Amino acid sequence: MKIDAQLKYSKSHEWVRLEGDTATIGLTDFAQNSLGDLVFVNLPDIGTEVTEKEPFTDIESVKAVSDVYAPVNGTVCAVNDALLDAPETINSDPYGAWLIKVEGVSGGEDLMDAAAYEAFCESEAE
Amino acid sequence: MKLIFEKGAAGRGCSILPECDVPAVDAGSFARKTPARLPQVSETEISRHYTALAKQTHGVNDGFYPLGSCTMKYNPKINEAMAALPGFTGVHPLQEPETVQGSMEVLGKAEQYLCEITGMDRMTFQPAAGAHGEFTGLLLIKGYHTARGDQARTKILVPDSAHGTNPASAAMAGFEVVNIPSGADGCVDLDALRAAAGPDTAGLMLTNPNTVGLFDKNILEITRIVHEAGGLCYYDGANLNAVMGVVRPGDMGFDVVHLNLHKTFSTPHGGGGPGSGPVGCKSLLAPFLPGKMPVQGPDGWQWETPAQSVGDVKAFYGNFLVVVKAFTYILSLGRMGIPAAAKNAVLNANYLMYRLKDHYTMAYNHRCMHEFVMSLEDVKHETGVSALDVAKALLDHGIHPPTMYFPLIVHEALMVEPTETETKETLDEAADVLIEILEEARRAPQSMHQLPLTTPVGRLDEVTAARKPVVRYDFSAGQAG
Repeated sequence: MKIDAQLKYSKSHEWVRLEGDTATIGLTDFAQNSLGDLVFVNLPDIGTEVTEKEPFTDIESVKAVSDVYAPVNGTVCAVNDALLDAPETINSDPYGAWLIKVEGVSGGEDLMDAAAYEAFCESEAE
Repeated sequence: MKLIFEKGAAGRGCSILPECDVPAVDAGSFARKTPARLPQVSETEISRHYTALAKQTHGVNDGFYPLGSCTMKYNPKINEAMAALPGFTGVHPLQEPETVQGSMEVLGKAEQYLCEITGMDRMTFQPAAGAHGEFTGLLLIKGYHTARGDQARTKILVPDSAHGTNPASAAMAGFEVVNIPSGADGCVDLDALRAAAGPDTAGLMLTNPNTVGLFDKNILEITRIVHEAGGLCYYDGANLNAVMGVVRPGDMGFDVVHLNLHKTFSTPHGGGGPGSGPVGCKSLLAPFLPGKMPVQGPDGWQWETPAQSVGDVKAFYGNFLVVVKAFTYILSLGRMGIPAAAKNAVLNANYLMYRLKDHYTMAYNHRCMHEFVMSLEDVKHETGVSALDVAKALLDHGIHPPTMYFPLIVHEALMVEPTETETKETLDEAADVLIEILEEARRAPQSMHQLPLTTPVGRLDEVTAARKPVVRYDFSAGQAG
């Protein structure tokens, strides 16, 4: 399982790249591996307010439809439209295939660093 | 194989249908401008076409079909014989009641017996299947609160062990869904339920036994919490087969239930349908029932529209002939046979689980109801062989796979429901095959990803099937597209 040392992680398996008061959000390698082949991705509209630990969109794999949770509070300022036609990019490049960017970030105090997330995933797998 | 549209030739045909004895009418602007592009094939071609299709399928007549929560039990042939009686097949829903008293009696008696089995007061047969029944039941709950002038009840509580359709049905009916987590024991977390129940609670949807095959021992407390908060309790009857004739949802505290006649009451399921998802309710919800209800009066059976009906959810009286089949099943089994079938379903599930538990990891390692859930997570971790691979391997042994990747609270899940109609020999064979597959997974994991090898089609491209499904025949291209 790949984990990017530069990112922060949520218990619901989203990754966050924090830059100033903006954050880029995607799904982790652990998440994409558990979900299996992705077939559809929904994305929120720009300007949507997202709330920490609440779903902001959903994704569909060959197994199931799953909610994606916001790891921080903020306002959506960009969405990765390319995923709509190529959701499989999340499977092949989970840390490159970001879902949304949010600005005006707050919250996210209990996000994990890479080492803590790796330990968390191992405890999940047991 | 060729599609039916690719067979035959212009002018070819057969005389299966009798001459039309209804006078032709001019449909005016609604008349189609070109004739329908129906296949023109001989009776031999049709017969061979559908026989070839039937040979490529797997049904309960072909072999073991332990699809969890789907209750793929045997469909007794007498059900078909009764549903084919001309008195049932030759009637029209708009006939005067006095000319269809027998059919109305079937609906009335089936309602009475199913109400006895579920502990409900009235039941409608309009809904076409389970999720449609859920939707109808939620409309009753909404109608009830609205009629009381209580507009604040906008939320439906749904445990995470519920059937996957429950949240979707609640959303369809205009409710907001509140997810209630399960405890480590696989049952509803009572503290989480207490915290969520309140003045905005319209109701709770619960499947009991739940989708991990466990009977929630706190069921009376659960329905009490919801009732004290002013909500109503909805019973998803998907898993009634474990308890039919043994305990009644009405006695557990439920106000409204749906049944799947195509699961619990032995009518065909899946492509052999159609289904039937009757909704039963306590008398407080009866005024809101959809459609027309059969009522027996001094002059025989009559139709009656409930006073505050939510309106039709399907034309006329639902899938009537399915009710005839289920009614036949109830009469065949009788007062003693109904609970005996449920107990055998539980016995069969436990027997198969105990045969497998030293080999496969059980998600909840205690006695189950009518189904049990295995987790392949450790096998996947160790060998790379997933629940999907094991499911595909079963196909090569003539066994339909169990339900995969559900419930979502168990990773790499296989949910196995053998049903009461399988013999010990069949269960032993299935157990031997599953154990053999696991040994194969450890010995040659790579080859497992290629299975199945002996079926009409091999490993399907599920991603393309989901993203770019081909669902129509393109006449201009002369191919499906």
